[in-house]
Amino acid sequence: MQLILESLFNGVAIGSVLLVAALGLAIVFGLMGVINLAHGELMMLGAYATYITQLIFKQVSFLKPFYDSYVIVAIGIAFLVSGTVGILLERTVIRRLYGSPLETLLATWGVSLILQQFVRSVPLAYGSGLVIALFFGLFAPLVVSDELLQGAKGKLIRASTWGISALLGVATGGLLSSLVSKLSRASARNVDVTAPSWMRGGIDFVGITFPKTRLLIILITLISVLVVIFFLDKTAWGMRIRAVTQNRPMSDCLGISTETVDIITFGIGSGLAGVAGVAVSLLGSVGPNVGGNYIVGCFMVVVLGGVGNLLGTILASFSIGIMTDLIGAGRLLTIWPEMPSPLYSTIDFFATTSMARVMIFALIVIFLQFRPTGMFPQKGRMVES
Amino acid sequence: MSIFSTKKSWINLTIWVLIIAFIIAAPSLLPVFRLNLLGRYLSLSIVALGVDLIWGFTGMLSLGQGIFFALGGYCAAMFLQLNSAGEFPNGIPEFFGLYGVEKLPFFWEPFKSSIFTFISIWLLPAIISGLLGYLVFRNRIKGVYFSILTQAALLVFFNFFNGQQKLINGTNGLKTDVTQLFGQMVGSEIMQRWFFWISAILVILAWFFARWIVRDRFGNVLIGIRDDEARVRFTGYNPVIFKTIIFSIAGGLAGISGALYTVQSGIVSPQFMTVPFSIEMVIWVAVGGRGTLLGAILGAVLINYAKSLVSEALPASWMFIQGGLFILVVTALPEGVLGWIRKDGPKKLLFLIGINKKLETYPSLEVNEQGEVKS
Repeated sequence: MQLILESLFNGVAIGSVLLVAALGLAIVFGLMGVINLAHGELMMLGAYATYITQLIFKQVSFLKPFYDSYVIVAIGIAFLVSGTVGILLERTVIRRLYGSPLETLLATWGVSLILQQFVRSVPLAYGSGLVIALFFGLFAPLVVSDELLQGAKGKLIRASTWGISALLGVATGGLLSSLVSKLSRASARNVDVTAPSWMRGGIDFVGITFPKTRLLIILITLISVLVVIFFLDKTAWGMRIRAVTQNRPMSDCLGISTETVDIITFGIGSGLAGVAGVAVSLLGSVGPNVGGNYIVGCFMVVVLGGVGNLLGTILASFSIGIMTDLIGAGRLLTIWPEMPSPLYSTIDFFATTSMARVMIFALIVIFLQFRPTGMFPQKGRMVES
Repeated sequence: MSIFSTKKSWINLTIWVLIIAFIIAAPSLLPVFRLNLLGRYLSLSIVALGVDLIWGFTGMLSLGQGIFFALGGYCAAMFLQLNSAGEFPNGIPEFFGLYGVEKLPFFWEPFKSSIFTFISIWLLPAIISGLLGYLVFRNRIKGVYFSILTQAALLVFFNFFNGQQKLINGTNGLKTDVTQLFGQMVGSEIMQRWFFWISAILVILAWFFARWIVRDRFGNVLIGIRDDEARVRFTGYNPVIFKTIIFSIAGGLAGISGALYTVQSGIVSPQFMTVPFSIEMVIWVAVGGRGTLLGAILGAVLINYAKSLVSEALPASWMFIQGGLFILVVTALPEGVLGWIRKDGPKKLLFLIGINKKLETYPSLEVNEQGEVKS
């Protein structure tokens, strides 16, 4: 019983990291049919945002008393950072490629290469300055009233908002690099996020120790999923997003600005990648390649769960998580020691993390033989669906 | 009709003579290091031809060609290792000793035969890609789903080869440069020269083969599948068969390419099956010009050459350049460089910057109400 409970917990913990990472990917893929290969790098940006937040809380005197709560602040910052970069990506690259998913895939791969090299060769302080400049530059037109943006004067105002944002970015970069010396030099080395004291250790319950970091990650995932469900089901923009997901041309005809819907969706999807980055940074060290370790798992979740269905995404990530733990940690052998010997040796062969991946991907391919469009396929009458 | 009757055929003939003369003379023109690099890039262009066949002509973006590339490499390396294993204990390759393996794993046995190896280098990847392809195509999985699944398959193979020390030396890979072939070290200068010539000849043969495939009715069906698969199906063709065959051909080409690359770089390792390498193959084709076979070859050779030059000078900047290439080629040059040239791109560019006058004629000119020609 204890074993089963422990296994279940580990599986859910692995699955919840996958889920929060795949959630954004699934929403974007469901809406726009776009596979974002840079999703892993957006997670990486989120993880670095956590690291930077932590350092700021450590170094700046008036924030020091609140050091323990930096993780919660980091979630918000990571969401904004990844969301901003995501929106920039949508505005500059992906928007030109709607209707050609394979090209989008290649272009986003290019973006991911650039982002990886960016964090290697640009000091983090100036990197965050750039993100801040982009953030204010992109969102300033939303705050300024529409009348001001009309005509020739509008152009001037637009240009000046970008100028002010750029100045803000440079100021932030300079400030950060003088405050926190660790951020002032570029480094390709991995960095570590240390969890605050209240997150260390575990909670004992019926004889099992549940690590607090994993519990927190499960909590983050739960909240993210609930917020996304609430947003999609109860708000006006959520309804518009669902409408565009179901039928883009029809929604367009009915007066929904599909362009705005795309921006919002991509921003939220990328922001969720940032939140996933916070979770990832709590689990291990953060480096330029951290996203790549999770991204294929996320794709598998999306493929297995089916397009445009949150329930599918949730079920798929938890089943992959539980399977990983059962096979990879060799727990199946501990639960059922007297299984027939050929089966035993087979499962023993796959009882490492990398071999478990082999097994799970093979199982997914077999599953797709019976359900080619995932667990919950979209129903339609089109030939091409 | 004589083939030498027109001016164009004479130009073609001259180009061919120049190419062959260059191939024969290259070993004496280039330093050993550059010759070896060129040989490697030529072998990479064979896998690029395969990518072009499945992506440029059939519209299936495979991100897993590294599987078949590495399989071909492993076949060649296993043969070479066995061929020179006589002096080691138990008569098996040296690395087995590190893991306490005394008996050759069963799947190594057939690679003692050279004939089996030469066949398996292309047949084994072709069979595996055919099987994988059939399982996927049968369910009408296509588009991005196909790409993601091939990427997952790539990771499956990578993890498998990376983790199995006792079977194929795991993450260390198999070395070939210190093995023996025909009484010569594979890494020696003479052998490398021969491998260069073999690569060059095989590139030309592969190009003829690919051209023969796409010029025929078979090629037309492939293009049909790329442009509208449902319509091809309704016309009475079964796309599954065509897709499986072409995917398997691309796998075979990747195997040959991998074997040639392995003997020239001196090692095969699971690094051949990493995700970035397989996506790079796609960018060679994309930059060269998808749907143009020559573009695939030129793209593979030139981009790799540029990569080695840039990485020697400014190691950090290659990732930026490569990332930029990905974005640029899909947004600005979807046809690739060769496709752009064939579509009169340079002329239009010269016109745009005002050097050339526009020479094209119109069936009719657009006029406004006053009868003036719109500019």
